[in-house]
Amino acid sequence: MKFIDEFRDGELAQTLAGKISALVEPFRRYSFMEFCGGHTHAISRYGLSDLLPDSVRLVHGPGCPVCVLPIGRVDMAINLALQQQVILCTYGDTLRVPASDGLSLMKAKARGGDIRMVYSTLDALQIARDNPQREVVFFAIGFETTTPPTALAIQQAQREQLGNFSVLCCHVLTPAAIGTILESPEVRQWGSVPIDGFIGPAHVSTVIGSRPYEFFAEEYRKPVVIAGFEPLDVMQAILMLVRQVNEGRAEVENEFSRAVTREGNLKAQDRVAEVFELRREFEWRGLSVVPYSALRIRRNYAQFDAERRFKLDYRSVPDNKACECGAILRGVKRPQDCKIFGTVCTPENPVGSCMVSSEGACAAHYSYGRFRETGQVSV
Amino acid sequence: MGEVREIRSAYVRPLDLKHGRVDLTHGSGGRAMVQLIAELFARHLGNEYLGQGNDGAVLPVPSIAGKPGRLVMSTDCHVVSPLFFPGGDIGSLSVHGTINDVAVMGATPLYLAAGFILEEGFALNDLARIVESMANAARAAGVPVVTGDTKVVERGKGDGVFITTTGVGVLPDGLQLGGSRARPGDRVLVSGSLGDHGVAIMSKRENLSFDAAIESDSAALHGLIAALLATGADIRCLRDPTRGGLAATLNEIASQSGVGMMLHEKAIPLKPVVAAACEFLGLDPLCVANEGKLIAICAAADGERLLATMHAHPLGRDAALIGEVIDDAHHFVQLTTAFGGRRIVDWLVGDQLPRIC
Repeated sequence: MKFIDEFRDGELAQTLAGKISALVEPFRRYSFMEFCGGHTHAISRYGLSDLLPDSVRLVHGPGCPVCVLPIGRVDMAINLALQQQVILCTYGDTLRVPASDGLSLMKAKARGGDIRMVYSTLDALQIARDNPQREVVFFAIGFETTTPPTALAIQQAQREQLGNFSVLCCHVLTPAAIGTILESPEVRQWGSVPIDGFIGPAHVSTVIGSRPYEFFAEEYRKPVVIAGFEPLDVMQAILMLVRQVNEGRAEVENEFSRAVTREGNLKAQDRVAEVFELRREFEWRGLSVVPYSALRIRRNYAQFDAERRFKLDYRSVPDNKACECGAILRGVKRPQDCKIFGTVCTPENPVGSCMVSSEGACAAHYSYGRFRETGQVSV
Repeated sequence: MGEVREIRSAYVRPLDLKHGRVDLTHGSGGRAMVQLIAELFARHLGNEYLGQGNDGAVLPVPSIAGKPGRLVMSTDCHVVSPLFFPGGDIGSLSVHGTINDVAVMGATPLYLAAGFILEEGFALNDLARIVESMANAARAAGVPVVTGDTKVVERGKGDGVFITTTGVGVLPDGLQLGGSRARPGDRVLVSGSLGDHGVAIMSKRENLSFDAAIESDSAALHGLIAALLATGADIRCLRDPTRGGLAATLNEIASQSGVGMMLHEKAIPLKPVVAAACEFLGLDPLCVANEGKLIAICAAADGERLLATMHAHPLGRDAALIGEVIDDAHHFVQLTTAFGGRRIVDWLVGDQLPRIC
């Protein structure tokens, strides 16, 4: 595949691995948080840690859209499908996120809910056009990458006066999450989660640009290297981070310059600002309630806001006690530190959200990397 | 005394195969059903056994080298959507799928049985195309459909047509293939590129159609298998990696045999169009279904020989040695990535693509 294979080249990877090994200083440890699930997935899928020296440790961050979705939000969507009998459209990964009463959207579907997986908001609009007698709700999740398409869908629905279409908006904001992690006692006071730098988001940054991270580099003295989702991107970003740490710099650097600019996609930002406004607070799985960390639909578009339309109230539901998703999302624990990882909690029967999406830290480790736990290397 | 009149034979209007539709009478056991069987099923699929017209077919069992051998039987339900796809349709698929299930046991497939569940309102024209394609596939494979059944369900209670086929074959005494026979050191071969069927189906899904120059690999593998068995190589196990793809099949064998596997990503044959489609759909090609591919596990010494035999067969031109069986108490299937790292190739979770076959 042109423009893909070039970023997965094994020989280049070896060259980069050699450079990183030569650059790391003896007796020094380097801990980098990859914020995005896309990076987590690439690291596990391509076996990246096999190429890195032992002193470089990657800490998984909270940037997996379905992982940070709290139970209460999924409950709202299930309520819409089962009680309000709407056609509920959503992205595929959302279907298996555990909710209350042992339910998930997938299980609600088997109970008769009309729940449909879509690849794009355009599909959801089409379903609304094709079913004028039914209420159609798009369960919108994700970070800044998926927000502009939702904004466009709402504006399109208004142009067409699609009276039966609405959106359950659960879009969240990346900088708010990074800020919360940097402010957490584990990072700031106790130092139990060493973070020497961030591998910055790829797709999110195409929209918001690299500028929002400058605050973290400056204020918290943490280097940020924005990196693409291909394995060579990640290797290159690690090399750049090691350099910054060695040189005592804390800057925002852009490895993903083929897609990310400092300002980002201004057109997309405008659309988002037209349709959405900041929520005063939003509950995240793992990070708990974070002020100004999510978006809601503006009053001008109120008729497309499923929360207003169906008078939905958010009810917070605690996670399963044994589940460590919260600590894993903050980088405090690794998947294998969780007692129920791989035993009670597996991709087939996920207890926590991190075991659901292939971008979740637990699912990625279980599906691609759990052989490392056995301590045996048989080739 | 009334005069004796000749009873006129009733005029039977032939089935309207152009515009007609399946209705409930076609499954009711009355004349309409007999007509459907005669004018459609028997016309295309007919042979001396089906022609017996009884509730079951009486079949000769050929002996192998003067011995009776053992019977192998397998059954497969087909619910693929869409019914017609590039490179095949539910008819040919239902023949190939079951022949392959019998053949991978090492048996020579002999006969097929076919059960049809039709939905009221289904176009007879489409049904005729499906039956014709089934007949062509059976003829080409030399495995006749010898008995069958048809039921009709009300509109909305089915989805056009579902087909169940059952196959019977004979297995020579002494030949033993099975998923529990893999041993550390054995070689793993695949007969060609992976994921073609799944991507071909996906490219025609209603909510997803995209243009990909890709056809399903749906094919009957018994010829290729016979050629492999004829080499006398020490073959431990043959499988056709359908749902769940290569990943599911190898995990199944690994756990049945109590071994691990080490695959090499660079060696795994993949068409660029399949790789590209999987890339943008977020699928792992190793988990995508195939309908005309074979996984063979054999003793290390026979690996190259089997590979050469595959290459010499039209269905094995792109065959490759993709890895080896290793000792592993955890029964992991692992992969050395082209990137230079290592990862697990796990079972598929959930269903990345329902109703693929």
